[in-house]
Amino acid sequence: MSNLNAPVPSGGVTDAENNIANKEVEGLSQGQIVRRRFFRHRGAVVSMITLAFIVVLAFSAVGFDFSVFGVQVKTPGWWQWTWTEIPTAQNGGRPTLSLVPEWMDGEGVRFGDHPFGQDEIGRDIFAVVMRGTQQSIVIMVIVGLIATTIGTVIGAVSGYYRGWVDSVLMRFTDVIITIPLIVIGAVLGLAFGKLGAFVLAIIIGLFTWTGLARLVRGEVLSLREREFVDAARVAGATDRRIIFKHILPNAIGVIIVNTTLLMAAAILLETALSFLGYGVQSPDTSLGKIISENQSAFATRPWLFWWPGVFIIAIALCINFIGDGLRDAFDPRQKRLPSARALAKGNSGGLDRAAVVVTARGAGMQGGGDGAGGVGLRGFDADDPRPRGGGYDAARDPKKDS
Amino acid sequence: MAAFVIRRLVASVFVLLAATFLMYNLVALSGDPLEDLRASNAPNKEQLIESRIKLLRLDVIPPLRYFLWLGGVFQGDLGLTVQQRSVNALLEQALGSTLQLVTIATVVAIILGLTVGITTALRQYSGYDYTVTFISFLFFSLPIFWVAVLLKQFVAIGFNDFLEDDPQLPVWLIALLTIAAGLLWASIIPGALRRKIITFAVAAGATASMLVIMNLIDWFSYPGLSIVGVAIIGIGAAVGLTALITGLKNRRALYAALVVAGLGLALYFPFQFGISYSITEWWMLVALAIASVGVSLAIGWFMGGVDKGPVMRVAAFTGFFTAGAIALDRFMMVWDDYASSGRIRGRPIATIGSSTPNLEGSLWVQGVDIYTHLLLPTLALILISFATYTRYSRASLLEVMNQDYIRTARAKGLAERTVVVRHAFRNALIPIATIVAFDIGGIVGGAVITERVFGWTGMGALFQNGLDQVDPNPVMAFFLVVGGLAILFNLIADLVYAALDPRIRVN
Repeated sequence: MSNLNAPVPSGGVTDAENNIANKEVEGLSQGQIVRRRFFRHRGAVVSMITLAFIVVLAFSAVGFDFSVFGVQVKTPGWWQWTWTEIPTAQNGGRPTLSLVPEWMDGEGVRFGDHPFGQDEIGRDIFAVVMRGTQQSIVIMVIVGLIATTIGTVIGAVSGYYRGWVDSVLMRFTDVIITIPLIVIGAVLGLAFGKLGAFVLAIIIGLFTWTGLARLVRGEVLSLREREFVDAARVAGATDRRIIFKHILPNAIGVIIVNTTLLMAAAILLETALSFLGYGVQSPDTSLGKIISENQSAFATRPWLFWWPGVFIIAIALCINFIGDGLRDAFDPRQKRLPSARALAKGNSGGLDRAAVVVTARGAGMQGGGDGAGGVGLRGFDADDPRPRGGGYDAARDPKKDS
Repeated sequence: MAAFVIRRLVASVFVLLAATFLMYNLVALSGDPLEDLRASNAPNKEQLIESRIKLLRLDVIPPLRYFLWLGGVFQGDLGLTVQQRSVNALLEQALGSTLQLVTIATVVAIILGLTVGITTALRQYSGYDYTVTFISFLFFSLPIFWVAVLLKQFVAIGFNDFLEDDPQLPVWLIALLTIAAGLLWASIIPGALRRKIITFAVAAGATASMLVIMNLIDWFSYPGLSIVGVAIIGIGAAVGLTALITGLKNRRALYAALVVAGLGLALYFPFQFGISYSITEWWMLVALAIASVGVSLAIGWFMGGVDKGPVMRVAAFTGFFTAGAIALDRFMMVWDDYASSGRIRGRPIATIGSSTPNLEGSLWVQGVDIYTHLLLPTLALILISFATYTRYSRASLLEVMNQDYIRTARAKGLAERTVVVRHAFRNALIPIATIVAFDIGGIVGGAVITERVFGWTGMGALFQNGLDQVDPNPVMAFFLVVGGLAILFNLIADLVYAALDPRIRVN
């Protein structure tokens, strides 16, 4: 990631081009650059706002109710029903939410008593779905924290020390990676699902760090050969300081991007486990469990099925988009150069266009020279001037680590 | 190389041993295997508990019991289930069922994902690219069990209702599909505005006329391609593949492909109303497929002139597609018999199970039955893995297209087709090949939820039933296959990568 600060090549149009690219980032710290790039990714920003809205909605509507190792945390919510209350069913439990205004021949915009409807015994589905959303979010965050911590430490230690430490840790990673997540989740969920969402999340987190560990290892393997690490070592820094202060901050992009992807995967894993009956157990509920319980009622009470699904998709989609935005923000190769057409238009005539093509080679060499893990050079191209767009390659390509 | 393979194999064996040890203990400790007996009111409860303890060797603690199990595995015996059935037999059946489910889904997902990924990479930052990006993010975020229920409701039940009486496509649907097809093609095929409009008109017109004709001939009740459809597919494949692989300027390739397509058409009537009745086993069909590709290769060889390779390739693909169209037509011919048969009663798309019990009929009817049962789970699986392949192939091709040698190729004056197909596409496939290898290793274990939703008794059921009864033997049989395949294909992926990409050295 450090080639953000690569020197600006000089000469011809390359200069012009880099000036446009560099003017934006002049005098900014790396954090500011990343933040600025992130906020330019419209999908990611919209997703972040949506996700924040969902989180606030879920946690404020029915209040906290968690017990962690015997400590109870309980707060009231603003919604009139709680997820355990059983009001009498109205109108066959049909949702009272209506979004079609009256002037369009609708019933007017209103929420009513049970906006998402009720199930067959009368529970308010809005409250139940909010509770399930809480569980999913809690699990997602805890899994993210635990898996990221373990994965980063194991990957960094293994990549930094190499040798037998590396071999032992990577074989250990192989052992865990061999067991499909859904399988280990099911086995452990069966044993620990009764203990509540927190314990389930910790257990899932203990087994989902493998991919991240491999990626971090690959990143550290290449970073540890760089001059700034030598400099730190010569200055007498301890190994711990080199790893945590010098190497890992440079790998932060890979780590953050993969943490988001991991969190999205965790949410789907939790719902899948609950669906199979190995996740969150009754009397508590989760989004997957609501769907599992009501899938046969789809023909008669489709709202029991739509709402939890919509929330799962909304959360996972938001997280994935945020991850995409972060990837774009952290990857220096992804900066959107002004297009060759724009540049050529700025100059006049075909001759200058040719000059763009010829001199731009320099920019290509510069940009791709030391891209971490990249193969070959990412050049500047006359026909398609934009640099490689956001893909899954750098972050998810399993080959990048070995 | 050999040293590398051996070292990796030895390491893999130890990894698998450690993983099975871990897994065995986790399963054995996940619950109480005697729970159901303890709760029962049977008079001989004590005796039953006693016999089960003896059967499952519960008197031995799990870490040691693992070695008893391992000893059995080395002798090819995977043990018994709680119900005293042989796990070997169960595994064999489950593996067959799961492979049937996942193979087609994986192949289709790979082909679709590659095609879409490549087209999006070539049209980077177009409306098409953004749409596909959004769709693949959406598919990434879909819980498969949720999709499965939707598929059951809308595809199966909806389509069956549609077929029930006089199926005719409504006008709004035809209009919608027409516009969608027009937009799709207009955004994929490059060109200025004028050319885009022409593309839109042609694609929309073709789609609309096809759908209207389908309505007119009552296609949904009596589907079929007939010789016209087969001719369109065969000749279309001949021209399209030639344009793609060698370029239409290569007349030898074009003529060879057309000869192959013509041969297929000439064999259409003899096959549909003669030869096909004597095909009673699946291997015969496979043999015919191989034979048709072989004949096509031979035609390509004879007509290839000095440059036989590409011509043979074009001919072989054309032969494959033409033969496939003929076979598809033959399957469609029995659709009406199948749908109206006593076991189906006019609701052909199945929502559960892997085949209709007691269905009688020829190989072709059985084939249609397999198709109707595979349709929904395959769709669900494709939706999920399609997204990954699209993103990977897009990223991979973009990376290659921005490299220097591509610019060199363009600078030499090569046609864009040659640059993309010959220079870029092949190199972009290298990372994809390893991902495909990974995925093939993972597919057997990856369909647990899909199998459960669609009621297939495959590997997922083996795993789940075993786990619910805290019975390690079937769970371990499942895991042995899944874990073993994962490790094996991991190794294969590394070797394939090293073999395809000379920049990577294994040591």
